[in-house]
Amino acid sequence: MNRNNDVDSIVIRLAGDSGDGIQLMGSQFAVSTALAGADFATFPDYPAEIRAPVGTTFGVSAYQINLGGGPITTAGDAPEVLVAFNPAALKVSLPLLDKGALILINNDSFTARNLVKAGYDTDPREDGTLNDFQIVTADISHLNLEAVKEFGLSKSEGGRCKNFYALGMLLWMFDRELESVEAWISRRLADQATMRDANIRALHAGHAFAETAEMSANLSQIQLAEADMEPGEYRSITGAEALALGLAAAGELAKTQVMFCSYPITPASPLLHRLTRLAEMGVGTFQAEDEIAAICAAIGASYGGMIGVTSSSGPGIALKTEAMGLAVSAELPLVIVNWQRGGPSTGLPTKTEQSDLYQAVYGRNADTPLPVLSASTSGECFEMAIEATRIAIRHMTPVILLADGYLSNAAEPWRIPDMAAFEPITKNIVPESDDSPQRRAFTRDEKSLGRPWVTPGMPDLLHRIGGLEKDVETGHISYDPANHQRMTDMRAAKIDAVAEFIDDQRIEHGPDSGDIVVVGWGSTYGPIYQATRRTGVSFVHLRHINPLPRNLGEILGRFDKILMPEMNNGQLSTVLRDKLCMETLPFSKVTGQPFLIREIVEKIESLRGDV
Amino acid sequence: MPKDFATSQEVRWCPGCGDYAILKAVQKALADVGANPANTAFVSGIGCAARFPYYIETYGFHTIHGRAPAIATGLKLANPELDVWVVTGDGDGLSIGGNHLMHTLRRNVGLKVLLFNNEIYGLTKGQYSPTSRIGTTSPSSPRGSVDAPISPGQFVMGCGAHFFARGVDTDKVGMSDVLRQVHAFTGTAFVEIFQNCIVYNEDVFANFTERKTAADTQLHLKHGEPMLFGENNDKGIRFNQETWSLEVVDATDSLNEVLVHDEGNAIVARLLIDLHLPVAMGVIYRQPAVSFEDAFYAHHPSRMERKKSITDFIRGPSSWTVD
Repeated sequence: MNRNNDVDSIVIRLAGDSGDGIQLMGSQFAVSTALAGADFATFPDYPAEIRAPVGTTFGVSAYQINLGGGPITTAGDAPEVLVAFNPAALKVSLPLLDKGALILINNDSFTARNLVKAGYDTDPREDGTLNDFQIVTADISHLNLEAVKEFGLSKSEGGRCKNFYALGMLLWMFDRELESVEAWISRRLADQATMRDANIRALHAGHAFAETAEMSANLSQIQLAEADMEPGEYRSITGAEALALGLAAAGELAKTQVMFCSYPITPASPLLHRLTRLAEMGVGTFQAEDEIAAICAAIGASYGGMIGVTSSSGPGIALKTEAMGLAVSAELPLVIVNWQRGGPSTGLPTKTEQSDLYQAVYGRNADTPLPVLSASTSGECFEMAIEATRIAIRHMTPVILLADGYLSNAAEPWRIPDMAAFEPITKNIVPESDDSPQRRAFTRDEKSLGRPWVTPGMPDLLHRIGGLEKDVETGHISYDPANHQRMTDMRAAKIDAVAEFIDDQRIEHGPDSGDIVVVGWGSTYGPIYQATRRTGVSFVHLRHINPLPRNLGEILGRFDKILMPEMNNGQLSTVLRDKLCMETLPFSKVTGQPFLIREIVEKIESLRGDV
Repeated sequence: MPKDFATSQEVRWCPGCGDYAILKAVQKALADVGANPANTAFVSGIGCAARFPYYIETYGFHTIHGRAPAIATGLKLANPELDVWVVTGDGDGLSIGGNHLMHTLRRNVGLKVLLFNNEIYGLTKGQYSPTSRIGTTSPSSPRGSVDAPISPGQFVMGCGAHFFARGVDTDKVGMSDVLRQVHAFTGTAFVEIFQNCIVYNEDVFANFTERKTAADTQLHLKHGEPMLFGENNDKGIRFNQETWSLEVVDATDSLNEVLVHDEGNAIVARLLIDLHLPVAMGVIYRQPAVSFEDAFYAHHPSRMERKKSITDFIRGPSSWTVD
């Protein structure tokens, strides 16, 4: 790390026990950083256990932040600053660091017992393990307890302030203001005056400690470049927050209430938690007894005239597939959000992956097509929620929106959009005619093939719907062979028709033809963006996966090689081979960790050698 | 008129199926209570009973196996003004859909649940069901079934139900009375209807449904009235304190010992459910409580009418401006 100098951007990793308040410290640091004009991206990396045994390597919770001049699109490859709260955190994080990185160590936790728990035979501070790094040590636990002594807290209560003590030190290092964090503490602990004051004291004490002679010999302030961001109003947002607001906004655009039905599952639950706070915006939340009940209640709500939404992760989505078929058959609108995680089975619940693409595109019994969309960044979850709802209501179909565990938790600065720029979402009208209500309820729009949204309670439109095959014209049950063919064709044509309404595919950057194009989808947007910028190759990122944008084949046809980095075993490659008959070069990483920029850069460079 | 609730669709149950009588009883009950067809919806799962919505002139949704209570819950939340009926069977409701039924009952969602119990899987051609008695021979149990049946009544009581009633498919008077009370109940009103499957399990309930002997084999309960049955109401039910069970007593001799039906008493309801001859009919248990939809909307009396705009929320806890 280039100390004592202004730097463009810097990657910081905070690591400690899962009970140390690391995630909180990280998100507060991100916000105060943004207020100072920096762009940022974060990567919360936490264990599946809520409170894993203290001091163990599998209990390490980490939060990585990349901040500085923009555009910052990933949480960074190698941390340049590591804050290690205990030996286990050091042990787990060390392999990620490049030589020369700065490590701030909490001395107090380097006890003989904790060293053994972390699997160290000797003390890494003394045995040469850290020779290639710059080390700053401080007795953070002890100093923090001293600072909050006057509040008369128990040892464990006082100890809980230490993340704010460390945050104070960090804020000094990066010359950030304390106000935003202070305000947050005051709000959060408004009814616990002692803890509030103690945490604020710890924050200031940490800041003062870093500033004094005690540490400045080893540590100096780092001035970060300000980001060159588009003018506008910004906030920090995670994918779960953005998706929640997006669903509420979609309801407003459609002048319809939203009923969100889900069952708790990692990493999808943050969306449920967010939505519970939006009742005043016409959003209801129902915690169902299981994944199947969740989608079924959402279908029931859609049948009743609200926008039914359900959300889960891969294993839960698997349970919902039969009900998706019902919504396809009954031609009801529904939004299904999948926060993908590592699998198969329970897999890696807290780690990210993109391996549910086959499930989304192909994973149902029978010929049961439905639209599949994907969000690329935390902020983009907002507009994709609106897009998914728009398609669901226009075509009267369930829509799958793919996000992932990384997006759910990762925060980024987000330019607050102008709501007036979004078109209202309109419903198909019931045709005026002398036909039977059954037929009128299934008279489809010629272009979108969406039927009118007729709901119980409407007078004079009594009709029956269900999962049995129905006549393409009258909507009555039909076992006629030729009719089943027509209905199967209609269901396929309806999903194909979505392509007539969506934007053409664009090239994110780079030449519009040439040797190499990198194609991505979902949360790999960040690392691919940076890698293609650095290497100057073209970048295409998909938001619509089923159907694909009409011009995608034509764009990709202009390149000799199509490189496809995916956090799965090559699923989008298969889909493009299927839909476009194109051969691509899959580049897969299935470790539960996002791609590093340099991994993609190296891949591009090796490909160039072949060109 | 009951015929106003009939659809143009040809009814396709087996000739002689008990479902015909139930359909007629429901159509009559809806007419009797003056139900608004546009504000009524029937939701069903899969099975013979699940065809019901196609034959009744209201809104109807024929869904997937076992899930009707979950779909109906979503519908009721979206529009609590609707009368939502769930039609299910012993397989649909107590086997594949048992979990949803359990949670519907404990939440007390305002649904009217009609469970057609024929102790057999009809639509899949006669396999034994979760209510089949031990030893039921069927295509999937040629040597007789070995698993113990579930009692629908004990199941719903265990789930915290607030309304449990029973009826016999062909008993017009009894069914009509029960359905009226079902319609009036706020919360989950659950009815077990003994339904005769003439193809796969004929006469399985004949020991208490035969018209000729019904007076002696059925106990029709009325709240606040003594539990009397028999041709001349000459028999009654009393509580045996030695055995902690119900027993039949000669009512002419010991009328003062005959229990008076208190439909709010959950303990007696459980004993009545297990009574074998006579079999208890009518409203066995009713204990009104706040419905799920009322509790759900208690904090949103306007049913989530949009009071704030996205622009009020979109800034989050703090925002900043880049010039």
